[in-house]
Amino acid sequence: MKKSWWKALCIVMLLYTIIGGLLINVPRKAILNESIRNIYFHVPLWFGMMALCGASVFHSIRFLRKPDLVSDIKATSYASTGIVFGILGIITGAVWANYTWGKAWSNDIKQIGAAIALLIYAAYFVLRNSIPDIDKRARVGAVYNIFAFVMLLPALWIIPRMMESLHPGGMGNPGADPRDMDARMRMIFWPAAVPGFILLGVWISTVITRLRKIEDKNLLHA
Amino acid sequence: MNTFHHIRTLLKKDILLELRQQYTFYGVLLYVSSSIFLLYLAVEQPESHVWNGLFWMIQLFICVNAVAKSFLQETHGRMLYFYAIAGAQQFIIAKLVYNTLIMLLMSLISLLLFRLLLGNPLVNFWQFTGIVCIGSASLSFVFTMLAAIASKAQQQASLMAIMGFPVIIPQLLLLMRISKAGMGEAFQTGALSDMIWLLCGLDALVIIMAVILFPFLWKD
Repeated sequence: MKKSWWKALCIVMLLYTIIGGLLINVPRKAILNESIRNIYFHVPLWFGMMALCGASVFHSIRFLRKPDLVSDIKATSYASTGIVFGILGIITGAVWANYTWGKAWSNDIKQIGAAIALLIYAAYFVLRNSIPDIDKRARVGAVYNIFAFVMLLPALWIIPRMMESLHPGGMGNPGADPRDMDARMRMIFWPAAVPGFILLGVWISTVITRLRKIEDKNLLHA
Repeated sequence: MNTFHHIRTLLKKDILLELRQQYTFYGVLLYVSSSIFLLYLAVEQPESHVWNGLFWMIQLFICVNAVAKSFLQETHGRMLYFYAIAGAQQFIIAKLVYNTLIMLLMSLISLLLFRLLLGNPLVNFWQFTGIVCIGSASLSFVFTMLAAIASKAQQQASLMAIMGFPVIIPQLLLLMRISKAGMGEAFQTGALSDMIWLLCGLDALVIIMAVILFPFLWKD
């Protein structure tokens, strides 16, 4: 029970995000109006995805340094949760874009970046499934995971700053523009929404890891 | 000194093999010319932005075909032999250089064929040629690394496309954007050189990643 304090924290943060995010006043802005509340859900999902994919790469690096199948299981669990967060991020973004920009998908550079990220992680799982040998699969998967993540970083962090975009914060910070939120919104966004969704992702990943450890018990203790 | 010697020897071996088994080289060459001829039949002489898009897509497919075979042709026994005589880093650097040379040659040939068959929307031919050289180098770096990864799995050719296309999208977008300079589009001062530097930075990143990660793929 002592170990699970962060799970309770995660639940509290997410409850605060959902209740506060839907009820507390927000600034009235043209076009955005009430849809600005989506910022509590859409943006933290991307923060969550980056954190989860980062954790996945961290475990891949650990696997290459010291081959241990548990690291490989952790890397895949974090990657799969990251994919789910990415898909949810795209859906919440598409709904939002549909009402504010007029259509769900407008080939915005950040939408393309999100699509690239999902394709890369889908390819990661296809690659893994095409290698029958377990140790080889883990090693080759780890190499691709690291390589693709490093190639993804400029696509998500550098190129969006150079090209015109519909998203706010272009030519500046592509993640979050401090000018868009007032003090009330920031009190929900930074202390609750972002860490809450990251903790939720970590929680789901640890559950998947534990399940996989039970499934692969024979391999791990052989 | 020893490292350079190893790289040079491995490179020489690849080039010699290419010169002796010319069917692979002519195979890729035929792939280039027949696909461009097919494009010519399909679209004849398109507008400049279509020309640009088609050109880079063809480069992408040429690269997958030309680079894929560089690891497929190495049998398991031969890899073991290289393992005994040279280091992993020397091996991957030799492959990177060799694939870049092949890809440069193929890109320049396809540029000439494009100009011959699909019309010439290029305002500044030499600038575009320079961009093509940078672009073909970037493509071949990325796909060399991916071919190394794919050679460890089954169904290598299709896997290379699945893994490679998402990874290459940022570079391709940058290339298509930059190459509009060769078609007479004006850029903000500094924007063009910024993008070219970013592309070179990405290339450097790919080479560094290849040198760091290849040793892990190598040992079986």
